[in-house]
Amino acid sequence: MNATTTPAAPPSPVAVVVVSAGVSTPSSTRLLADRIAQRAVDTLRASGTPVTVSVIDLAPIAVDIARSLVAGFPTEAVQEALDLLAKADAIVASAPVYKAGISGLFKSFADLIDNDLLIAKPVVLAATGGSPRHAMVVDEQLRPLFAFLRAIPTPTSVYAAPEDWGASDLGNRIARAATELTLLVRSDVARAIADENWAGHQHQFGGNASRAERSDADVDFDTDLMRLATGGG
Amino acid sequence: MQFGIFSVGDIAPEPGTGYTQSEAERIRNIVAVAQRADDVGLDVFALGEHHNPPFVPSSPTTLLAYIAALTQRIMLSTSVTLMTTNDPVKVAEDYAMLQHVAQGRLDLMVGRGNTVPVYPWFGKDIRQGVALALENYNLLHRLWREDVVDWEGRFRTPLQGFTSTPRPLDDVPPFVWHGSIRTPEIAEQAAFYGNGFFANHVLAPHFHFKPLVDLYRRRFGHYGHGTAAQAIVGLGGMSFIAKNSQDAVRQFKPYFENYPVFRGSRLEDHMAATPLTVGSPQQVIDKVMTFQEGFGDYQRQLFAVDGLSLPVAVALEQVELLGTEVVPVLRRELAARRAPDVPEAPTHASLVSAKYGDAQPRQPRPNPNRGDNLSGTSPYQDSDAGVEARFPEVV
Repeated sequence: MNATTTPAAPPSPVAVVVVSAGVSTPSSTRLLADRIAQRAVDTLRASGTPVTVSVIDLAPIAVDIARSLVAGFPTEAVQEALDLLAKADAIVASAPVYKAGISGLFKSFADLIDNDLLIAKPVVLAATGGSPRHAMVVDEQLRPLFAFLRAIPTPTSVYAAPEDWGASDLGNRIARAATELTLLVRSDVARAIADENWAGHQHQFGGNASRAERSDADVDFDTDLMRLATGGG
Repeated sequence: MQFGIFSVGDIAPEPGTGYTQSEAERIRNIVAVAQRADDVGLDVFALGEHHNPPFVPSSPTTLLAYIAALTQRIMLSTSVTLMTTNDPVKVAEDYAMLQHVAQGRLDLMVGRGNTVPVYPWFGKDIRQGVALALENYNLLHRLWREDVVDWEGRFRTPLQGFTSTPRPLDDVPPFVWHGSIRTPEIAEQAAFYGNGFFANHVLAPHFHFKPLVDLYRRRFGHYGHGTAAQAIVGLGGMSFIAKNSQDAVRQFKPYFENYPVFRGSRLEDHMAATPLTVGSPQQVIDKVMTFQEGFGDYQRQLFAVDGLSLPVAVALEQVELLGTEVVPVLRRELAARRAPDVPEAPTHASLVSAKYGDAQPRQPRPNPNRGDNLSGTSPYQDSDAGVEARFPEVV
């Protein structure tokens, strides 16, 4: 099969963003995310792709997250986190499992993410827990959440219980997930899907999404509602 | 530039005492606040429209008509008139009547409102909210400009030969502002018609509304009503004033932080992040000057000062401080900055003068009752003399 077009190399470094809802120091949730991110970064750099990595640790902005939820608009710290996600080319999202579910801190932050902020962005889903009995939480809770956000979770997600940290299998799963992430990034599929389908999603004027409409240059005036706005039907 | 206040007519228990105004008290207090605004020389009093407790102004035209009778100079407006769930025919009639009894001291702001269940209460579908607002305004616009309207749309019964009465005062419709916080289509509609655009400018970070206002400005220019800088922009805002800033924060904090909408929020966070200003007169003045710097020269600034369970005595004092210590300075300072070719917001007098020059305004006088509006071209005596209305003859 002949490819008719070769995706151009991204003009700027690939931006990998880690979101971790771990609260301990050190945090196994953050550690898991870092290992996945590091593996992806190594792979990308080995093939000559420049990479930047940013980390959004949710614990230090937990109060900001709560205040943003009740105020209805993001505080400065939350806005900075949303700006990082808007510019992300790849995301590693990692949450601890508490009481048989992802942590409320992670979900509270997710509740502040614009619906169109992560469209088609590749994401590795990761979770940690105190027992292997919660291994499906990552697929049963994080995956639907990122499906709602129209992100592209990698086929492999990673769950780590305490015993996994002593097993080489965890390293294999991390490698698999990181490989999937790098392949999605290199394929440029996120940009292609967003380019093709952007108008098919709902957007808020002046929202946080990296290609949100912010001026009349971005606005589509050729719609039924815009025609209605100008007296037509 | 016009300065005034806007009220949603909310009721909430006072922190500490728990005292809750009755609806009767709140209605009387709204009237008192509007009268005081008139007394201290503010330009605009605008009233919201809500159809659920704990709000009282379900019928803004009734309340504004009463206020019109008790005031001398202040212009009355709405914040907002629901353009989604009200029948545009009734809006045309009610506000034309109010315009007459207020002798032209009226404009209105149309919008979608923010209460979800109000749609089914009036038999409407919220999923069509934007389309309802747009289509209903298109009809309202024509009902005030054409004596006889044939019309068909998606959301109400078609009209054949319909005349909205009374015709607007001097046959000049009230000026309309479109209020919106997120909808480019509403900004586009305001620009298309050359109407005003209003951002409530509360509950959001500084200059959050600037992209929408800028969109409106550029499209206002696009449709040939003037330059972008000449577009008619209004901003809201919330303030609490005391002689010094510490007193302002100390007095206002319990009202703010116990108000249902703001539970879990800190006053200081909102002061830092949003246009809300709590402080001395000079601090409020300084803040409003930043609005002009960010949004450009604009025509109307409204403040929310009587809500959040403030006792009426405090609300009246706020109106007083606004009118005597803040607005006079702002008038001077903003006038000095203002570009010479930026117009004021239209008033009835300016619209009459624009339409008629030195000539006498049209005063529509109806023809004899025909029992319907369908048998001629115009129900008014000054309609085209070449077209004669034909009446069925009784034999």
